[in-house]
Amino acid sequence: MSKKTHVQTEINGEGIEFLCEPRQSLLEVLRDELHLTGAKEGCNNGNCGACTVLMGDRIVNSCIVLGVEAEGEKIETIEGIATSEGLHPIQQKFLEHAALQCGICTPGFIVSSKALLEQNPTPSEEDVRFWLAGNLCRCTGYHKIVEAVMDAAKALNTEVADNA
Amino acid sequence: MPEDKEFKVIGTRPIRHDGIDKVTGRAAYGADIHFPDMLHGKVLRSPYAHARIKSIDISKASSHPAVKCIITSDDLPLVEDTITELGETVINLKYLSDNILASDKALYKGHPVAAVAATDPYAAEEAINMIEVDYEILEPVLDVRQAMEPDAPVLHESLKTESMGKGEDQSQNVASHSQRKHGDLEAGFAAADIIVERDFSTATIHQGYIETHNATAQYNEDGELTVWCSTQGAFGVRDQLSKILKMPVSKIKVVPMEIGGGFGGKVQVYIKPIAALLAMKTRKPVKMTMTRTEVFEGTGPAPGSYIRVKLGADKTGKITAAEAHLIFEAGAYPGSAVGAGSLCIFAPYKIDNLQIDGYDVVLNKPKSSAYRAPGAPNACFASECVIDEICQKLDMDPIKFRLINGAKEGDRRCDGPIYPKIGYLETVEAAQQHGHYAESIDKTPNGKLRGRGVASGFWMNGGGRSSVTINVNADGRINLIEGSTDIGGTRASIAMQAAEVLGLSSEDIMPAVVDTDSVGYTGVTGGSRTTFATGIAAINAAENIRAQMIGVVANHWELKPSDVKFKDGTFLAQKNGEELQMTFKEVAAVAGGPLVGSVTASPGGAGNGFATHIVDLEVDSETGKVDILRYTAIQDVGRAIHPSYAEGQVEGGVAQGVGWALSEGYLYNDEGHMTNASFLDYRMPTSYDLPSIETVLVEVPNPGHPYGVRGAGEVPLVPPLAAIANAVSRAIGVRMTELPMSPDRVLEAMGSI
Repeated sequence: MSKKTHVQTEINGEGIEFLCEPRQSLLEVLRDELHLTGAKEGCNNGNCGACTVLMGDRIVNSCIVLGVEAEGEKIETIEGIATSEGLHPIQQKFLEHAALQCGICTPGFIVSSKALLEQNPTPSEEDVRFWLAGNLCRCTGYHKIVEAVMDAAKALNTEVADNA
Repeated sequence: MPEDKEFKVIGTRPIRHDGIDKVTGRAAYGADIHFPDMLHGKVLRSPYAHARIKSIDISKASSHPAVKCIITSDDLPLVEDTITELGETVINLKYLSDNILASDKALYKGHPVAAVAATDPYAAEEAINMIEVDYEILEPVLDVRQAMEPDAPVLHESLKTESMGKGEDQSQNVASHSQRKHGDLEAGFAAADIIVERDFSTATIHQGYIETHNATAQYNEDGELTVWCSTQGAFGVRDQLSKILKMPVSKIKVVPMEIGGGFGGKVQVYIKPIAALLAMKTRKPVKMTMTRTEVFEGTGPAPGSYIRVKLGADKTGKITAAEAHLIFEAGAYPGSAVGAGSLCIFAPYKIDNLQIDGYDVVLNKPKSSAYRAPGAPNACFASECVIDEICQKLDMDPIKFRLINGAKEGDRRCDGPIYPKIGYLETVEAAQQHGHYAESIDKTPNGKLRGRGVASGFWMNGGGRSSVTINVNADGRINLIEGSTDIGGTRASIAMQAAEVLGLSSEDIMPAVVDTDSVGYTGVTGGSRTTFATGIAAINAAENIRAQMIGVVANHWELKPSDVKFKDGTFLAQKNGEELQMTFKEVAAVAGGPLVGSVTASPGGAGNGFATHIVDLEVDSETGKVDILRYTAIQDVGRAIHPSYAEGQVEGGVAQGVGWALSEGYLYNDEGHMTNASFLDYRMPTSYDLPSIETVLVEVPNPGHPYGVRGAGEVPLVPPLAAIANAVSRAIGVRMTELPMSPDRVLEAMGSI
């Protein structure tokens, strides 16, 4: 076992410090050290997207980011998407559209979708399908996921219009 | 009749009960378990596809400071080489045990040979690489036709062919040969105006659930074993652990965590007995999770297959005779889905003269396991493609051909039973009337080749045992305790059936999936049985509660129970000319104590499932790549309890079918090593590979269920392979017979390479 490294970061708006081995991935740190188990391991080589988190404004597969790379970053995980006000509209639309079956890929899809709608508030179906191609779902055939994300975009835009 | 009933809850689309946990990351899956003092287990797997294990030396690995325990097959109890009943299936115990940890031979690359428990997962990984195994490398056999040759390498010296057909000289790798026949095959083919005969092959493929297998075991000093895990059936895991570890079932508690997909692949146990054995030896909790590569190399794939179909029809399009030979890869141990494939191959049609031969063949690949309508997609790929070719040669519309030959109530299925009320022709008629079929397809826009394909599919659907307990709370909401793992929304579909009986809303029911100590025996979530069979258990438990509440109300009003009526969630009676009424919640409040209804049901009468699919696609003649343009899936679901989740089953099945047809397949080198054991190289469809999928739910109520439910989860994977192959064949003008239809195969068929 190599010497552990001290890392200072921010996760879901809270300042966090942890110790990790240099070889530990961010996903291992989140799940095994910090017990934030919402991000899932499906492949451990960046192909399925079940471990998707936001690092700054980038979406990353946390299984191929090292824990030590979190130093000084702002990390957002599925656990930080709902607030004390309630569910995020994307989460609400996933429920309304039955956009999940087993649910193992759902955290990754919701985090990816949030990043999409922050960068492109009015995506076409093609945009949504292209953006989410890094997240594998084996249950739904993606149809209801795409519908949920499109509908969430609409809901978020209505929210913005109402606040204007 | 069920179709005349008006429903309050059934057919609506409430939010699923476990939804919030699953969109917030709070839902606890098997790998989310953590104990402060737990150890981590890791498996050493055979690097060879076929090898005799001469010796295993664990001395170096044992000296690793973090290692607490190492086990090999010597640590498993000796089990008899005998066939035994296990839950709802029949298995050979020796094979089951040898697949957990190889004893004399390693039969596939990835076959477990030893396992280690250590204080951290990295140390466990280091330690397995310090175990020294002396192998005698043997020649592997990787193709079923090669495995059937008399001089093929033999996997099991003791295996004898079980044969129901005529005896033939075959290699010992043929585990069984079954034959089904009726009518006069020769006369049937003699009466045909057209006969088409073709060979088909499908690759070994994987269920591809996103969550890998996991197990955490703990063994207490009093001899009680607890296993937390991802499984389609906690009781099935308990049964298998009991047989493999030779422990009484009552000493084992299996806790089913949330499950990240299964599709048939999470019924068989792999690392669960290993985690249990390591926990028993160390008296510490032991956690194990598989890597994705271990899942591909060490867990049940769906069998690859070779199928020959010969079909005759007269010039009016009537089928006169059908013959099929199905050869399925069992993998390392006997037991492929060839039996089910043989039942399904011609099942949508009324055929008077037929013969179906099925061969179960062992070879040096992982033991095959169930995958969504096991065997039927392979089988119907072959039969539905031959039907399409006959339609082309007769210049007949493929929908019309199916209307002429389609089976209906009273017809005899190919393997014997007479069909009860079924909805096959209703799916074909719905396809004919659908806007998709009405709209013609432009065959060559901009030099691209387009084609349309149609295919149908059949799956038996299952019943079997399920248990449900309902507790009524004083506030009138109810806990519904069940043993069916919820893979795709069954908490909702089961709760909604209880709500319908009790006149409650879906939100008034709080369903809980519990461990094997806390509910009666319940079969696996598989066989398209859960909404049907556990649904019936829930209906029966709710009826029991309703009867108890009528008793409470009768007491309260000082009437006889027979004076009390129940309608739309309200108890009603007349007393001395006065109209009395109480709501469910009011009765719960006056009951003065808990009301509990517990039921075990074992219903037969699972209605058969049929589906008909239409697909339009485009072939890029330069690259050979196929793009799906439009997909319409029509399915008889009997009655959709929660239509969104019924549609979800169909959409998911279609997506898996697109993968099976176009891009998925195990690739092997000559040594029998899988060369694409990752999600990068084993290509499952992404959102960008698929169009929207339109689902049409046809409802021909199943007389075997109070609300008409038929299983819906498996049949949607049956038609896509043939529908897509038919469309590609019509687009390029060459009959495609090998899956997957990868770009290189398409170009080769077109003569471009």
